[in-house]
Amino acid sequence: MAKVTLGKKACAVNPLKMSQPVGGALAFMGLRGAMPLLHGSQGCTSFGLVLFVRHFKEAIPLQTTAMSEVATVLGGLDNVEQAILNIYNRAKPELIGICSTGVTETKGDDVEGYIKLIRAKYPDLAKFPIVYVSTPDFKDAFQDGWEKTVARMVEVLVNKPGNAARRDETRVNVLPGCHLTPGDLDELRTIIEDFGLEPSFLPDLAGSLDGHIPDEFTPTTIGGIGVEEIATMGYSAWTIAIGEQMRLAAEAMQKKAGIPYRLFDRLCGLSPNDDFIMFLSEISGKPVPMKYRRQRGQLVDSMLDAHFHIGGRKLAIGAEPDLLFDISSMLHEMGAKVTAAVTTTASPVLARVAIDDVLIGDLEDLETLARDRGCDLLITHSHGRQAAERLKIPFYRMGLPMFDRLGAGHLVSVGYRGARDLLFDLSNLIMANAEEHHEPTPDTWRTTGDLAHDATTSVSTH
Amino acid sequence: MSSLSATIQGVFNEPGCGKNANKSEAERKKGCTKQLQPGGAAGGCAFDGAKIALQPLTDVAHLVHGPIACEGNSWDNRGAKSSGSNIWRTGFTSDINETDVVFGGEKRLYKAIKEIIEKYNPPAVFVYQTCVPAMIGDDIDAVCKAAREKFGKPVIPINSPGFVGPKNLGNKLAGEALLEHVIGTEEPDYTTPYDLNIIGEYNLSGELWQVKPLLDELGIRIFSCISGDGKYREVAYSHRARAAMMVCSKAMINVARKMEERYGIPFFEGSFYGIQDSSDSLREIARLLIERGAPDELMDRTEAVIAREEAKAWAAIEPFKPRFKGKKVLLITGGVKSWSVVAALQEAGLELVGTSVKKSTREDKERIKELMGQDAHMIDDMTPREMYKMLKDAKADIMLSGGRSQFIALKASMPWLDINQERHHAYMGYVGMVKLVEEIDKALYNPIWEQVRKPAPWENPENNWQAKAIAQLQAEADALAANPELAEKTRRAKKICNCKSVDLGTIEDTIRAYALASVESVKERTNASGGCGACAGRIEEILASIPAVEDTSAVPVLAAAE
Repeated sequence: MAKVTLGKKACAVNPLKMSQPVGGALAFMGLRGAMPLLHGSQGCTSFGLVLFVRHFKEAIPLQTTAMSEVATVLGGLDNVEQAILNIYNRAKPELIGICSTGVTETKGDDVEGYIKLIRAKYPDLAKFPIVYVSTPDFKDAFQDGWEKTVARMVEVLVNKPGNAARRDETRVNVLPGCHLTPGDLDELRTIIEDFGLEPSFLPDLAGSLDGHIPDEFTPTTIGGIGVEEIATMGYSAWTIAIGEQMRLAAEAMQKKAGIPYRLFDRLCGLSPNDDFIMFLSEISGKPVPMKYRRQRGQLVDSMLDAHFHIGGRKLAIGAEPDLLFDISSMLHEMGAKVTAAVTTTASPVLARVAIDDVLIGDLEDLETLARDRGCDLLITHSHGRQAAERLKIPFYRMGLPMFDRLGAGHLVSVGYRGARDLLFDLSNLIMANAEEHHEPTPDTWRTTGDLAHDATTSVSTH
Repeated sequence: MSSLSATIQGVFNEPGCGKNANKSEAERKKGCTKQLQPGGAAGGCAFDGAKIALQPLTDVAHLVHGPIACEGNSWDNRGAKSSGSNIWRTGFTSDINETDVVFGGEKRLYKAIKEIIEKYNPPAVFVYQTCVPAMIGDDIDAVCKAAREKFGKPVIPINSPGFVGPKNLGNKLAGEALLEHVIGTEEPDYTTPYDLNIIGEYNLSGELWQVKPLLDELGIRIFSCISGDGKYREVAYSHRARAAMMVCSKAMINVARKMEERYGIPFFEGSFYGIQDSSDSLREIARLLIERGAPDELMDRTEAVIAREEAKAWAAIEPFKPRFKGKKVLLITGGVKSWSVVAALQEAGLELVGTSVKKSTREDKERIKELMGQDAHMIDDMTPREMYKMLKDAKADIMLSGGRSQFIALKASMPWLDINQERHHAYMGYVGMVKLVEEIDKALYNPIWEQVRKPAPWENPENNWQAKAIAQLQAEADALAANPELAEKTRRAKKICNCKSVDLGTIEDTIRAYALASVESVKERTNASGGCGACAGRIEEILASIPAVEDTSAVPVLAAAE
């Protein structure tokens, strides 16, 4: 069982973590016709905007209440009011999702109160969907912002079914964590539909940020789950939550609509997908389609092919808790040794990571650990590129942001197919690295007779 | 040490800024900060601006004092390049938590500085203030002073929290910090009559190195570049330079002007974008250096280099001329850097549309700048649908713009080239201009355009999004024409001057009522264009659209009638 420690440094160096409000904003981007709004100074929004634009390579809807110094001190009611009105009139959204930031939380703006006043003042807005989440920058991390926002969406937007309401046995709610890509969601949708079930994804980034050419230009999100569909999620027979972070939202759904949930804390690798497929077969009452029997075989075969390359690799991984647990567990099951693990925020899954210690820290910590422990495979988001260059070990980009490679939205790790392709990608990376940097020379195995010296060289040249 | 608000006021009073000098006392006091519109604003904050301006200093540790958002969401995302140290690309932040917000973050900040110095030992640490610690009253000046004394190393406070204003204010506040704490604090090992400061150049994509070889050849030494590929010590002794070039942008004009005032370093405003501009700038550099004691023969050598480089560049562009014949470029940018490429693009045979740019001579450059700045403003206000229509109406073959409109251009299946900060290619100097022309050619003639514009075989072309967008816009225009009440409402709702919040209706009515004929007289009556002045171009267009009346603004029609 891994011990989780919190870094003691005063200065974070090369941050792994990103802030809560942008995690919340991303969740809102999975809703159709949504305009996420950060209640803070305009920089809060512009940094988030650039982050997502560079990751998804898409136009991103994200607005700001543009708090000035004076407005911050006096309170943001006017700014929130003007922002809502401006967005409502100009962008004609179906929903406005508001996340607070460090500035406005330090002041202590009562945004729920503001919204009540604004609704009372403008009858047009009385019933207009506005969801507010408190997400101060100085607490928690990106994943927490997503977690809180989705839970809040359930609380605010899902209708409570009446007592006599009948459940739709074919409908399934899917609550995906922020570690899943639009590509992952598409894969899950296909799998679930193949069992004759109708999934509703909340939020649904696959509808909005999958890089399609829109039918119509709007300043809000294009695609994603609609507000009216969310309202009816209370009639579904099951909720499937993916990632421990989604427990909060799944429980909110259970509380509100009495829907049982099943939480899959990971969906990468053979055994979690066996569980997932059998669960779908169970709730749908349908046998596993031939397609997945074949895909399972392919994954098993790819594991056999890949274990030569991945087995024994010393993995250094930096990721948010759910992604860290998911990917490190899969690689552990492939024979890799999880040797250095750094994450951003506390989570119950961290204790189950296959390593002695998980550090809540930054990429400097990961780099140091990777060097000290002789890691030879680095997995983290794009910001790991500098560390990878210095460590001179193969580097696989996972997580957000991924700004220096294309296709971040379409990386798939879920399902038998996702795990299979990920194993191939990783193995190929390792092979290419070996060809480039570790071809044997006449001196590779030459010893000097000095025992201590030999020991260190063997560590650095594996 | 002056307070932050005093510094901001001082920046607004910048006499070197032409725009500012033309303002009245009262207007100047209000500053050039555009009123930001909640729910309708885009762009970075003052902290962002300060960091953009200083981060290219390569050997400095840039420490952001604030919650994780300010650094964690944005670090290592600039395209500046370094020839040496990489410490500027390391993200340092105090990542303050809830406890710090309650008890104050000064101790954490001090410890953070200590850790950086112990682990990385940079020649200097820059500490950036952000909104939250500014609110809770963390005194970064005092912490920096204590750290400076304790560790015997420059620890420089950059007081530019995000909520004091937009990005360009941050640029200036960063400049103020250099003036107050860095420039003039060290002495160079030696000086030469060929020592040149370059101010306001960030070496994005390494573009400074497209020009540096020419300066090297002429024996001109880049004494200090603020801040592209710069080093702390070079900035600290930059007050010993002979002359300075301020790269065409108002961002750091306060630095250039105050260095002239304090140390007698003459400067000129120039640019290395475009062939003509590169030549002009080289001449100007030589002239200033000669004025300050360099031998006269420098000018002859400079002219020789210019002649050679121009000939080479034109020869390289020549083969593109037949390929560019009849091709139209829509150039949209607020970046002042880009207007100077206009002449070269035209020389290459491209036609510029969308912005009312005719053949550009030296005289109307100011006007081009204004017009383009204006269009960039419009883009911010535009819905994507309107932008699509603009692309279509312009009948352009390629669009050159900043990153923000990228995805709309690309989704409209329009060849597009990035000419803003985030771009991947360097376009400076003679070689850069040739590169730009090559890139335009590559984009224009890529075979994908024909394919991506083809509708899916199962799609009805009358029903695609392009047709729908146009139809919707047409329907809106028709509705407006048929309904005078709605038209009036729209006219009233359409803001022309964002700073002073003046709408189209008010301006049109005032022009008619007082028979106004100049922007100046409109400003007098309505206050429009009295802020940042960016809407002057738009007001001119409105003036042009209203049938001319004799300018009797001295005797208002209404007053006379009374």
